[in-house]
Amino acid sequence: MRSVCAVKVLEEKHKLASRWFHWLNVPLLCAMIFSGLLIYWAYDPYRIGLGGVTLFHFFPNWFYEGTGIGYQLALGMALHFFFAWLFAINGIAYVLYTLISGEWRALLPDRDSPRQALQVAMHEAGFKVPLPPQGRYNAAQRITYSAIVVMGGLSLATGLAIFKPAQLHWLTALLGGYEWARWEHFWLTMGYVVFFVIHIAQVVRAGWSNFRAMVCGYDLVEPAPLSKDRAAARVEAMHGD
Amino acid sequence: MAINSKTRLTPEQELARRSRRSFIALGAGAVGAVAGWYWLNGQALEDELPRPLRRVLGFNESVVRNTLYSDAHLVQTYPASAVGKIKVNGDIGMEKPIDQAGWSLNVTAYDGSARQLTLADIQALPRYEEIIDFKCVEGWSTVTQFAGARLSDFTSHFAPGSAKASYVGMRTPSKDYYVGIDMPSALHPQTLLAYEMNGAPLTDKHGAPLRLVVPVKYGIKNIKRIGSVEYTDKRPADYWHEQGYDYYSGL
Repeated sequence: MRSVCAVKVLEEKHKLASRWFHWLNVPLLCAMIFSGLLIYWAYDPYRIGLGGVTLFHFFPNWFYEGTGIGYQLALGMALHFFFAWLFAINGIAYVLYTLISGEWRALLPDRDSPRQALQVAMHEAGFKVPLPPQGRYNAAQRITYSAIVVMGGLSLATGLAIFKPAQLHWLTALLGGYEWARWEHFWLTMGYVVFFVIHIAQVVRAGWSNFRAMVCGYDLVEPAPLSKDRAAARVEAMHGD
Repeated sequence: MAINSKTRLTPEQELARRSRRSFIALGAGAVGAVAGWYWLNGQALEDELPRPLRRVLGFNESVVRNTLYSDAHLVQTYPASAVGKIKVNGDIGMEKPIDQAGWSLNVTAYDGSARQLTLADIQALPRYEEIIDFKCVEGWSTVTQFAGARLSDFTSHFAPGSAKASYVGMRTPSKDYYVGIDMPSALHPQTLLAYEMNGAPLTDKHGAPLRLVVPVKYGIKNIKRIGSVEYTDKRPADYWHEQGYDYYSGL
C-alpha cells in the first residue's frame, strides 16, 4: 500500500561547483600523469624491493612498449608545464571554494572520524559492525577525500621543487632535497592511481544513483524527518535551477 | 506532495530532466577534452613542439624571470665527500678527440669586435671552485666539483661592455653543438668557464679544454669543448631547443 508519505523527494547531494571541479580534474590529472610518464621514462629509478631484490620496477619494458611512452621527454615536459597551470588553478579554486562556502564542514575529518572510519572499514569487510551515523560523506570518505586534496597540494609543492630547485631552493630543501622531491612527486602520483582504483570500485559498489548524483547533483530520498540541512537542500532543489 | 510548483514535474521527472541535461553536458565535456587533446597535439610545430606548448614555455620563462630569478639565489653546494661519478652523456660536436695545442677560443663582443684567447688567458682570471649538483634534463643528477673562471669575470675582462647583451651564444669548434644563455644566467656568480673537474684538468669526454658550467640550468646548456663565445641581442641557436626542449631550461 502506498501512501503520500512514501513519495520520494529530490535532495541535493553535490553542489554544482564541486561537480565542476571534480570532473574538470579528471582530464587534467590524466594529462598530468600521462605527461609525467613521458618525463619519468627518461630516468626511471624507482622500484618496490629491498636491497638487491626488486619485486617491481617502475616501469617494465612491456609497459613502455605497450603504451608508446618512450622517447618523448621534450614533449612530456612541455605538456606537463602547460597542464600544471590548469591543474593548479582548478585545485586552488576548489580549495578556496570549499573554504569560503563552508563545504569543508562536510569534508574534513573530525574527532570521531578515525574510529568511525574503522567501523566503516570493518563493516565493509563483512564484520557485523553497525555503521556509524553519517552526513554526506562517511568517516572513511572524509579522511580519504581530504587526504587526496592534501596530496594535490603536495604534488604542486614537490613539482615546483623539482621545476626550480635553484630559485625555490628553500622549498626543495624543505622537501628533503632535489632527489627526494622527485621521489615524493612520483609516489604521490602512484597514490592517485591506487586511490583511483579503489574509488572506481566503491563507486561501482555504491550503485547508479550515487554516480548520477555526482553528475547531476541530486538524488531521490525518502522524506525522512526533516533535519535543518535536508530541509534547506530540498527547498533549493525545488526552486533552484 | 512534493511537486515542483514551477514546472509541475514530479520529483522523478525533475531528476530525469536534471540527469539528462547533466549527462549530456558531461558527454560533451568528454568529447571536448578528447578533441582539445588532439587539437593541441596536432598544431603546427615550432622547433619540434606544437606552437601552443612553445607559447606556454615562453610564458613560464617570463614568469620565472620576472618573479623568481635572482642572482642572489645560489644553488646548493656540497662537501667534497658528496662528489659522485658523473657519466658522459653526450658527444655531439666532440666525436673526435680534441687537439688541445691547436685550440683557441674565439670571442665576439657585443660591439662586434673579435679576439682569440688561449687557455692561459682564461686561467689568468681568478679561479673559482664549486661543488654543485649537476642536473640532467633526463632527471638524474650528480654532485660534481668544477673549477674555472666566472663567466662574469671573463665577460668584463675580455669582452667589456658585453654584459649589456641579452644573450651569450657558445659553439663547439665544429659548430655541431651550440647553446644560448640569457645574460642574467650567464652572469650568475656560480656560472663558470671550467677547466677542471673533480680535482683534475677536464678530460676530453667531459669537454676539455674548456666547458660551461651553469648550475642554474640543465646539463644540456652546459656546453662542452667551447670553441666560440658571442654576445648578442638576437637569441642564439640552441641545439636541444631545436629538438623540442625549452629554450630557457632554467632551474
